[in-house]
Formats: sequence, structure tokens, C-alpha cells
Amino acid sequence: MKEFKINGRKVQAEKGETVLEVARREGFDIPTLCYHEKLGSDGRCRLCIVEVQRGNRRRFVTSCLYPVENGIDVYTDSKDVILIRKTILELLLARCPSSDIVQHLASEYGVHDVRYTKDVDKGKCILCGQCIRTCESIVGVSALCMSGKGPAKKVTTPFDEPSEVCIGCGACAVVCPTGHIYIEDRGGYRTIWRKKFELARCPQCNRLHAPIEQLEFISKKTGVDIDELLICQNCK
Amino acid sequence: MEVDTAKIDSIIEKYNRDRSYMLAMFQDVQRLYRYLPKEAISYICKQLDIPFSKGYEMATFYKALSLKPRGRHTIHVCLGTACHLRGGPNILETFERELHIKTGETTEDGRFSIETVNCLGACALAPLVRVDEHDFGKTTQAVVKKIINEFTDGVKS
Repeated sequence: MKEFKINGRKVQAEKGETVLEVARREGFDIPTLCYHEKLGSDGRCRLCIVEVQRGNRRRFVTSCLYPVENGIDVYTDSKDVILIRKTILELLLARCPSSDIVQHLASEYGVHDVRYTKDVDKGKCILCGQCIRTCESIVGVSALCMSGKGPAKKVTTPFDEPSEVCIGCGACAVVCPTGHIYIEDRGGYRTIWRKKFELARCPQCNRLHAPIEQLEFISKKTGVDIDELLICQNCK
Repeated sequence: MEVDTAKIDSIIEKYNRDRSYMLAMFQDVQRLYRYLPKEAISYICKQLDIPFSKGYEMATFYKALSLKPRGRHTIHVCLGTACHLRGGPNILETFERELHIKTGETTEDGRFSIETVNCLGACALAPLVRVDEHDFGKTTQAVVKKIINEFTDGVKS
């Protein structure tokens, strides 16, 4: 058991927990974009930055990665934390000017003007990597990856081509915090990552509900017969 | 492109099929073909049971790995601080003009590729050009033509 303070209030936590988890449980508000409780922390969006004081030492750390310690003083909204967070939001806004959630967070922190040149080719992607981690650890197909580095870094499928392993489940689009990933269901087909998937029709209610490739994947993984999976969730 | 799977197999075996040596395998394949064919990445990933996306990620991350065919001779023009001040960018421009290609591209006859490098550690020789293993220090625009001729005439090819 660890004991420390957040904004002056004493809190307790288990060993191995992160400052962010404890702060959220105790009702302190720390903004995040890249944190997901099922995927864990990666420290990419940097928004969860907090000030940690230990003795005379003062550090600014990403709370989603910082493990709790005895006797530390955490400040989630000190003057300096706010200043850093504003800078991070300004940078995110310069990268993704069209992202609603970044715009919303920025205006919440009073960031309206961007001093940097705005990007036009990045869409809404903040490179948090949640889509990649979801595809790898939750779905289990690893169709997505980062390519390149520096300013050219982006999320994509290998060689920007339709992926052989993608099953069109759309989990990446669901988990994306900014809504960057394009997914469209139209005319019995789903388009995602430049690949077209035929949607399965439920034999009972005649509703299009999931890509056939996804159902085949589930059938292979679980051993459940494909005919049973063709029946949609509502009719089961 | 078709790759010689037997040759790639021997590269994989050389590293005992150890996944942590994937980068070394990629480098060996690149030495073989002077670039990293998509089929080779796919084959190695399959053999090592690594997702294709992870292999692609690694291949695009390292500057030493090229996904496009490279020329028989790679011209590295140094653009480090010293070379930059002593006219490295001019030398680069001259190479681009003489060979009718841009940085990172390969000539049509597959003879030359141009790359830039951020420092070769021989700043006293600035501006420095390295072609394959040969260094050309204190390069001038006149020397650029000489270098191209030297490698074109088969002296060092």
C-alpha cells in the first residue's frame, strides 16, 4: 500500500498503479487522449502531464506512466502544469486543426491561436497508436502499423495497400480518440483502410451487421459455426 | 519481384531464426538485392511468425533500409554543419543536375543513387562526398563530373 498526496489531499493506492489511475478514482480531472483502460498507457498524447514533488525535487511527468510512490506530492493543475498542457494542446491543434476533440480541449484551456504552421496533411491523427494496439492485442490480427518517422510518421497498413489480414471489424475506428479513421458502410459493403468488405445479412431480420470476413475470423478463432454467427446480435 | 527463398532461408538460419535479429536479416537481404523487396519482408515475417505490419514498420523506420531499388553506386553527400558551410548543398545540387535525379532517387540505368548524410565525421575534408567506400574530400563542382565519369567508365564499378 502506497500513500501520497494529490493536490494536497491524502490518497492511498496499490503498488504498481499509476498516478493517473489513482487520480481518476479519487475524482481528480486529468485530460487524456491516448489513455484507454483496456489498452493501458503509452504516454503519447502527453496531455496527462502532472507535477510530482519529492523532497526538493520537482518533475513534470506523464501521469499515465508514472507509478505511485510513498510520500510524493502530485499537482494536477498547478500554474506550470497548465502552462505545459496549453503548449501541448497548441502543438496538437497545429497538427490536427480539424479535430473536434482537440479544438474542444484547447478552447477549454484558453488556447485559440496557434503560433506554429498548421499541418494540412495529417488529418485528425495524433499518432496515439491506440488503433495499432487494439488491432494487435484486442482483435489479434496486427493489420496496422506506423510507417516512417519524424514528420512523415503515420498510421497505415503495410505499403499503404489493402491489408491481407484486416477483417474489417472497425475496432480501430471505434477506439480512435479523434475520429481520424475513415469507415463507411454503404450498399452492402464496408470500406476501411482502402479495403472493401462484403457485409453479412442477418437471415432473420435481414439487417446488414458485420463483414463476412470478420465472422469467418471469429468462427475460426472460437469454433462457432458460421451459420450461427450470421444471425445478428439483436436476433440471438 | 521474385525473391530467392533459398538464399533468404540461409540468412534466417544464419541468425538461428531469432526474431531479435530481424534487422540484421533485413540488412543482409538489402546487401543481396541492394534494396529490401516487399516479398522478402513478407517471407521473413512469415518464417519468424511476426506480423507483416511489424516488418514494414521496421523497414520504414531505418534510413539504412530502402524499399525502392537502389543504384549500383550510392553517392552520399555530406550535409553536416562543416560541409553545409563549405558548400555541401551546392555539391548536392550539382549531382542532382548532372544525373537528372533528386535526392533519394536512382538513375534510370540503375547506376547511381543520391543520398544525403548528416555527418561522416571527417569535417576537415569538407565538403565531403562518399561514393560506396571511396571518400572525396574538399569536393568542388568540377570534381563532381570527375566522380561521375570515374564510376561510369567502369574503373570502380
